[in-house]
Amino acid sequence: MSNIPKTLRYTDSHEWIQDNGDGTVTIGITDHAQEALGDVVFVELPEVGRDIETGEEFGVIESVKAASDLYAPVSGEVIETNETLEETPESVNESPYDDAWLIKVRVADATDLEALLDAEAYAHLIEAEED
Amino acid sequence: MSDLYHTPLHALHEECGAKFVPFAGYAMPVQFPLGVKREHEHTRQRCGLFDVSHMGQILIRGENPALMLEQLVTADIVGLKPGAQRYALFTSNDGGIHDDLMVVNGGDHLYLVVNAACKDADIALLRSGIGTAVDIDVLDDRALLALQGPEAHRVMEALCPEASQLTFMQHRRVNVEDMELWVSRSGYTGEDGFEISVPAHQAERLARLLLEDKDVEPIGLGARDSLRLEAGLCLYGHDIAKDTTPVEAGLGWAIGKARRQGEEREGGFPGADVILTQLSNQDQLRQRVGLIGEGRAPIREGALLYSESGHEIGVVTSGTFGPSVGQPVAMGYVDREYVSLGTVLHAEVRGKRLPLTVSKMPFITPHYYRG
Repeated sequence: MSNIPKTLRYTDSHEWIQDNGDGTVTIGITDHAQEALGDVVFVELPEVGRDIETGEEFGVIESVKAASDLYAPVSGEVIETNETLEETPESVNESPYDDAWLIKVRVADATDLEALLDAEAYAHLIEAEED
Repeated sequence: MSDLYHTPLHALHEECGAKFVPFAGYAMPVQFPLGVKREHEHTRQRCGLFDVSHMGQILIRGENPALMLEQLVTADIVGLKPGAQRYALFTSNDGGIHDDLMVVNGGDHLYLVVNAACKDADIALLRSGIGTAVDIDVLDDRALLALQGPEAHRVMEALCPEASQLTFMQHRRVNVEDMELWVSRSGYTGEDGFEISVPAHQAERLARLLLEDKDVEPIGLGARDSLRLEAGLCLYGHDIAKDTTPVEAGLGWAIGKARRQGEEREGGFPGADVILTQLSNQDQLRQRVGLIGEGRAPIREGALLYSESGHEIGVVTSGTFGPSVGQPVAMGYVDREYVSLGTVLHAEVRGKRLPLTVSKMPFITPHYYRG
């Protein structure tokens, strides 16, 4: 069973979103996503300062098996990226909710957050996928 | 995956926690709980057990089977000594590669191992080509295991000392308990190791015996692919195919000396005129090369290759991040003027041009046991 922290919000493309309470969010991929991907060997993230739009591809995670696109869960400006992933992409597998956060975004429209899934809805989604 | 074939080890794979993928009509384990990267590293450092029962095993018997098989393959089969194994290529009339295979001289027969995806076509080719002169027996009742890595010798010695004395590309039949095993010292990882043919109904027992050793882990197709790529070995349908010639593929060494221009059994295989002319003139327009990337981004099959001046000059046919190399590794075909070692090329990945250097293969130091 994969780990789905109650405090986070989710997308149907398996990103997690943490509301930092100051108009910014932190974004990563879920435990379920890292497990499905297998061993991650490379993470490509956007430049700081780039504006991303909800649903837009903002990066790529490559596992030994394949490349998988990352989709922006909210619109806003990228204010920080996790540079440690350049050297240790495997932390996406080891610590998807902590060490391996991907980017921080200043959210353009706070109502974007309301459209995201909660932990319960995300758990249902992955259960349905596994059936 | 219900319409896929299962190998005789399917239940054992399930018990070991395998994830399955469809491959050449079979449900095959792509990885075990260890994960592709650790399976790869374990094979390089200790020992991996691979199920390759999806591959085709064929016996050819009859009057002078070696001379007959030479009508279809590039290798010197007549000169292959009893108990020896050799790499060969089935070719087509236009000089392309129909499949690659291993051929063993078993004394009164030849024993062939062919790719799973080409198995049916190979059998048809053998039957239509030489089937009236020799008996072609497809061994659906035998499984095939590969035991690979630096500990493979020790593990085999404990199981069967006489098989552990084989050197690289030697083959013999041995008995372990009541199992008749056909053992070759060969593999597809660049490591020392053995490939073991076993009656299908005894395959699970043999696999369990091997897995009892603390150093042996089951390994899936994912790691098999990264291991063979680091070892510079071609994957049929990707790095070699119907539209690549042996010379373009850098497999001129698989054309036996006796089969070359001016030699005792010159040509005689499909496409020999094209292939032998290309071999002696070295006028092929493109060639397979090894490529090492910078950074960590894997460069995958299908990525286009560009010269420093921006001209499209080739394509990647296999690529991954090489866990043992610690860099992205790839193979591809490039125009002949870009094949020199050290040439810097660029691969297009998601709209970016990533630098790659034409590099010697294998990418790792092989550990074949030559005695």
